Parts: sequence; structure tokens; C-alpha cells
Amino acid sequence: MARRVAIVGTGQTHHKSHRLDVNGREMIHEAVTRALEDCELTINDVDAIVIGNMDHFESINCVDTWSVEGSGGVMKPILKVSTGGTTGTSVAIAAYYHVASGLFDRVLAIGWEKNSESDTTGAIITCSDPIWDRFSYSGAIPSLATEASAYMKQYGATQKDAARVAVRDRTHALNNPYAQMYNRPISIEDVMESAMLAYPIKLLDVCPRSDGACAVVFAAEEIAGKISPRPAWFKSCAARHTTTWFGDVDYDTGLLSLQRAAREAFDKAGIRSPADDLDVAELYLPYSYAGLKWIEALGFCGPGEGPRFIWDGNTDMGGKIPMNPSGGVISTNCIGATALLRVAEAALQVMGKGGKRQVPDVKNALATGFGGCWWSDVVVLSKDRPS
Amino acid sequence: MKNTELLTIRSGDTGMPYEWSIGKYGSRFFREIREHQRFLGIRCPGCGKVRVPPRRLCGPCFRELDELVELSDTGIITAFSVVNYPFIDPDTGLQRPIPYTYGYIRIDGSDNIFSHIINETDESRIKVGMKVRAVFRKPEEMEGNIRDIRYFEIIR
Ligand SMILES: [Zn+2]
Repeated sequence: MARRVAIVGTGQTHHKSHRLDVNGREMIHEAVTRALEDCELTINDVDAIVIGNMDHFESINCVDTWSVEGSGGVMKPILKVSTGGTTGTSVAIAAYYHVASGLFDRVLAIGWEKNSESDTTGAIITCSDPIWDRFSYSGAIPSLATEASAYMKQYGATQKDAARVAVRDRTHALNNPYAQMYNRPISIEDVMESAMLAYPIKLLDVCPRSDGACAVVFAAEEIAGKISPRPAWFKSCAARHTTTWFGDVDYDTGLLSLQRAAREAFDKAGIRSPADDLDVAELYLPYSYAGLKWIEALGFCGPGEGPRFIWDGNTDMGGKIPMNPSGGVISTNCIGATALLRVAEAALQVMGKGGKRQVPDVKNALATGFGGCWWSDVVVLSKDRPS
Repeated sequence: MKNTELLTIRSGDTGMPYEWSIGKYGSRFFREIREHQRFLGIRCPGCGKVRVPPRRLCGPCFRELDELVELSDTGIITAFSVVNYPFIDPDTGLQRPIPYTYGYIRIDGSDNIFSHIINETDESRIKVGMKVRAVFRKPEEMEGNIRDIRYFEIIR
């Protein structure tokens, strides 16, 4: 039987497009220091570290060893976990496994990225098959754009529907001083008039490129309550990674990996009706159309109902199920940290530490990760210790 | 250099060459294009799906495949995007020329979709569901790689 595990501390950098004042190690150190301060522990209290990023973005291989001065990993067990866009949720899930196994009591999960150090699209293309896909594969934005083109054809969704999602996330970022797009709200007209990057995705439909890091401290059930008066219990998680042939994806069935991961994680957590049983969601939505289609995969509404669900205000602050109080990925995207930021932000909501972005009375919070060839991770956190 | 300037170091522009194995069915695929200007898929006896390009393994069924299937040179657009923004192509180290249209085509007779270029960059003249045909290099110019298919053109 696995041990119960809780998140007791989180830390993140103030995310920017370029952090020329720090190298990667120093940036990691900022997040780790903030996470340790948050739970009043020192690096000596940490039993093991799990770290991840998109190592080909900075072209620094073996970042687990390269980064030890910043991570605090000198003379500690340290593992690198790198799974593309889902890296952040993968390091969180791996840290959970470490503690749940009973072998470690306090484990630090770290995600980071310095997107400013390379051509993000060029780097992402190297994730695709070199023989078949790399010639035409065009990185994240055009790949997501093809998904959007199929979704619009299937359900008649419009560019304006998607713009509403981008406006929501950028409006929420008004409350998050850590967000790269803090205090930079936009309107539907701004989105519609922004440059067409890859039809039907426009500049304001997509995430920025960020330099940033995030760190999260996981603790075993026996000590979590002593470290934090109100920890965020790790209730369940699930990961679904599909094949890497982009041509084997069936756009018309919805985002299958997210459907399957959500079903498993919700079953384990006792979530029967996601829109009713969850109080807040921090979702890895790298572009606006995902905020329509992927919330259907999560079961917040039925297939094709995403646009109506969004326009009705259900996902705004004060709505039925507020999504991305942090401003989400559209406001900050330091890729290796991005999914861990979703987990950290969900934890903040459960712990009541959300500040201006706090949703009232959060009991259950959802975090997701998305990456690579359409794969998904799902994490459910709760105020209540799992039974 | 000013006293307060924050410096960066550039890696240089040269890349490291790699040499990737295509495998026996992939090699057959490119020979079929050169000799017959048509596609080759492979059927999985487990799930019954015909996939293109042919690969030796079915991931969902976790089994080896050997039943090659001759396909035509036509298909249907299932998804596309007109790419307008510049980026470095890791294959060449240079900026990929824009605009171009990248899309997924369901090759007639197959069950999955095939990633390639469509030679229409006017958003108003391309739609999901349109029929396309592959345009190949001249056989004597073929090199046995994905560029032997120049692009797909819309059949109007
Ligand atoms: Zn099969």
C-alpha cells in the first residue's frame, strides 16, 4: 500500500522573456530557495531531488548533474525526468512516487527552462521523427493549428470562441505578479487583430516563450502536517503517453490521452462530475483552442460544447469552475516548468496561499500537463487527506 | 562592452550530422515511390488498421507487421495550417521558407494520416475534406527520402 503524500511548499521565479541576469543554475536556485522558505525547511531536510526540462532547448545534456549547485543536489540522490511538455507533471508524479514508496520522506521536484537560449520551434522539431515527420512538422504552434482546423470543421467553433479563452487567461494574469504577462490584459478585438502566425492561430492565441523555474516540496503523511498546517494532499494522478507518429492521431475522437488520464485520476479521487466536484483547475492549455476542445476531454462539458461553456462564464473567476487563476500557459510558458507550475498553482489554491488569485473555499483542485505527440498527465490535489 | 552589460555566448551555427536508419519497410516505401509513383502502407492483423508509412511495429497491439498494402497517390485533407512565422529548421540550420502549408492527409486506402506539405497558402482556397494528389520528383532525381514527394496538390 502506497503512503499518502502531500505538497507542503512551492516556489517560482518571476517569469520573463529573457533572464540575462542569471544562468540556468542560478534561476533554478531562486525557485528552490523560495520553495524551501515557503515550508520553512532547509536543503538539508531534502532527501532526494527530481529535476526536468527540455534539455535540447538549452543544448545542455545531463542537466541533473550540471545544475546541482542551484538545485541543492550535491551529494544527494537526483534523477532527471524529461518527457517534453509534460516534464513538469512528470517530475511531480515521480516525486510523488518517491515519497509514496516509503523510501523517501521529503522530495523536491524542480522544472525549469530558459526558452531565450534557443529557437523554440527549431528545438521542438527535433522531437519529431527524423525520417518521416521532421520535414513537414513545424513545431508546436502549427501542429496545434492543425488540431484547431479539424475541431472547427467538426463542431463549427470559431476563431472568436478561441479568443474568449485567451482573454480569460490574460485577464486572470492581472492577479498573478509571477506571470510573464502580468498586467497586460487583452480584448477579443486585440486577439482577432493580432498577426496570423499559423492559420487559425494568431499571436495572442498562443503562449509566450519564458525563462523561469518552479520547485515543489513533497512530504510523507507522517510529517506533512507538522511541516504545513494546511498541506495540499496528492489525491491521485495518471499519465497517458501515446505513440510518437503524428500521423496516428485521430483528431475527431477528441484528445484521447487526456480523456483516458482524466478517467483514471478522477476514478481514483472519487470525482464523478468534474464541473461540480472540482473547485478550480490549472490546465496546461498552450493555445486558446485547447481551452475549448480539451475541457471536453476532461468532462467539464460534452463534445462540441466547449465554446458555450466558456462564453457562459463558467471558467472565469467567480464561475462554476474557475480555470487558470494564474493566467495559465498563455501568460507564462517556461516549458520544462510549465506543467509543474500547474501543480504548484493548484497546491496554492488548496493551501489558501493564492493571494489575489485565490478561489474561495477550494477543496479539490485539478492540474494537467500536455506535451509531445498529444500526451497528457492529470493530477488531483485535495484539502482532505486521502482515505 | 558597457560596465553593466549582461553578456551571452553564441554556440556557432554548425550542426552535428546524424545518420538515421530507415528500416526495410521504409526503404521499400521510397523504392515504391520511385518505381510506381504510389504509396505503400502496412496492415496490422491485430487491429486491422492500414497505416502509412509502413512500419514494422504496431504500438497499440505491440506486435510485428509484414503485410504490405499498395495504395494510390491520392487522399483527403484532414487538418492543415498555413505557417507564416519564421523559425530555424533543424534539418538545415537555416530559416524555413515561409509561407507554406503543412497538413495531414488521409491517403486513400489507409486508416491513419500522413504529414506533408500542401501547395496552397491561401486560407480561403483550402479546406478540411478536400481531395489531394501527391506530386513526386522525377524518378531520376529521387534520393530515397521524404522530399521525393514534392508536395500534395488540391484536385479542384
Ligand atoms: Zn495493431
